[in-house]
Amino acid sequence: MPIVDDALIGRIFREESGRSVASLIRIFGDIDIAEDAVQEAFALALRKWPVNGLPPNPGAWISTTARNRAIDHLRRESRGRELLGQVVDGTETTPGEEVGPVEDDRLRLIFTCCHPALSAEAQIALTLRLLGGLTTAEVARAFLVAEPTMAKRLVRAKHKIKFAHIPYRVPSEAELPERLRPVLAVLYLTYNAGTDGPSGDDLRREAIRLARAIAGLMPDEAEVAGLVALLLLTESRWPARYSPDGALVLLRDQDRASWNGALIEEGHAIVRACLRRNQPGPYQIQAAINAVHSDAASFAATDWNQILALYDQLLSMTPTPVVAMNRAIALGEIHGPQAALDVLDGLDLGEYHLFHAARADLLRRLGRHAEASRAYARAATSAVSEAELIFLNGRLETARAER
Amino acid sequence: MPRYLLSTHSTAGTTREPMTEEQMRKAWEPIQALEAEMKSAGAWVFSARLHDPDTATVVRVSGDQVVTTDGPFVEAKEHLAGFYIIEAADLDEALGWASKVTRLISSPIEVWPFVDTAGG
Repeated sequence: MPIVDDALIGRIFREESGRSVASLIRIFGDIDIAEDAVQEAFALALRKWPVNGLPPNPGAWISTTARNRAIDHLRRESRGRELLGQVVDGTETTPGEEVGPVEDDRLRLIFTCCHPALSAEAQIALTLRLLGGLTTAEVARAFLVAEPTMAKRLVRAKHKIKFAHIPYRVPSEAELPERLRPVLAVLYLTYNAGTDGPSGDDLRREAIRLARAIAGLMPDEAEVAGLVALLLLTESRWPARYSPDGALVLLRDQDRASWNGALIEEGHAIVRACLRRNQPGPYQIQAAINAVHSDAASFAATDWNQILALYDQLLSMTPTPVVAMNRAIALGEIHGPQAALDVLDGLDLGEYHLFHAARADLLRRLGRHAEASRAYARAATSAVSEAELIFLNGRLETARAER
Repeated sequence: MPRYLLSTHSTAGTTREPMTEEQMRKAWEPIQALEAEMKSAGAWVFSARLHDPDTATVVRVSGDQVVTTDGPFVEAKEHLAGFYIIEAADLDEALGWASKVTRLISSPIEVWPFVDTAGG
């Protein structure tokens, strides 16, 4: 029996609140009512559970309590009574009965949160707040903005959903490809936002949890499965990603023994299933690239020809300079650093720090240390995380010493 | 049922080549067909095309007088050129109509929700 403390309740809340908020939005047709009621249920749980112990089904307890709270509030207002008459007539909860959330509720909600009528910033903030159960302060921290700014952004987005009547519905088959794209992008961005910054672990866990949930709800969508595999395989390398002094460790230098074998196995199984399905898409291909990496016993043993073939396929689907850059790096492992550098020098990636870091690495391997120093320095000026900065400055010092 | 304004704008100084009557009729036909479709779907409330901005007049209160002046009030590059008022179940349905309009006239459409006078 676990100790019922605030940390445990917080964890349960985060896992369950998305489901409860989603089902209450279906019942009451209003995000604020749903959010407030679920918050209240959580506050009540913090008071009751440490004394009475966990209820048999904590998620259902939160949903039922939140629904009853919402009904109580609505009864007190005249407009609320009207609304109640319309939406929950005859669905009063009797003691012992639990509100069974419809699995589709969360799926409907993520399509509302990621509706293309909302800005990309609003989409990701709403998803983390409503489905991920993060507080406004936590969402603000994750995106390095002040809490009042994030609160305003969330309020504005919720107003738009309400007043423009953004529907709460899974899009039709015909709309799905266009509407799924921002959903997958939001989950991928959430994961990436978790690769640095203070709430990193939570964001990565959240992104994986939501992606898994959506994959479970849309088993026919190969790209959703591809995203899950990509996140799992990326996450599998997390334990090897930082050195004890907090510097980023490149793939070639990582301690492969510390990679998470269970995540790799799960990711590989999904990639294999995707290959059998044969409906390739950008997330599936990126997952496959990661699967090739995790198959290799060492960096030198990596099947670079396979990786290059996958990058060729990815580049034909998403011909962006970043994909071209990553393809060139793979090319460099087969045909040497000069071949990669020739491609990189034809790309325009502005001050993108990973571009300058990649150039620096190739120059270093070619023995052009003065140029390598300049490229490391340029990468360092636009590095986004502390770990990258420590890594780049370390390389910069070495390159300067070799001049 | 929620109401939406679908509005289209003209950019000042980009008057198109004047059309022949035949061209005008050709351009107008699909627009009329779309309006008929909106009407039979119960979506159409009202629609109109507006004259150029230099035909607009502004009245405003100045002190205790109402002053009439030439021109639109908003000094902007783009001006309202025409609009539909439609009823739709939700934003997706409204966007569906807006997509059809924008395809026909090849100019962007803004979709604005009405404030529900019942308090919504």
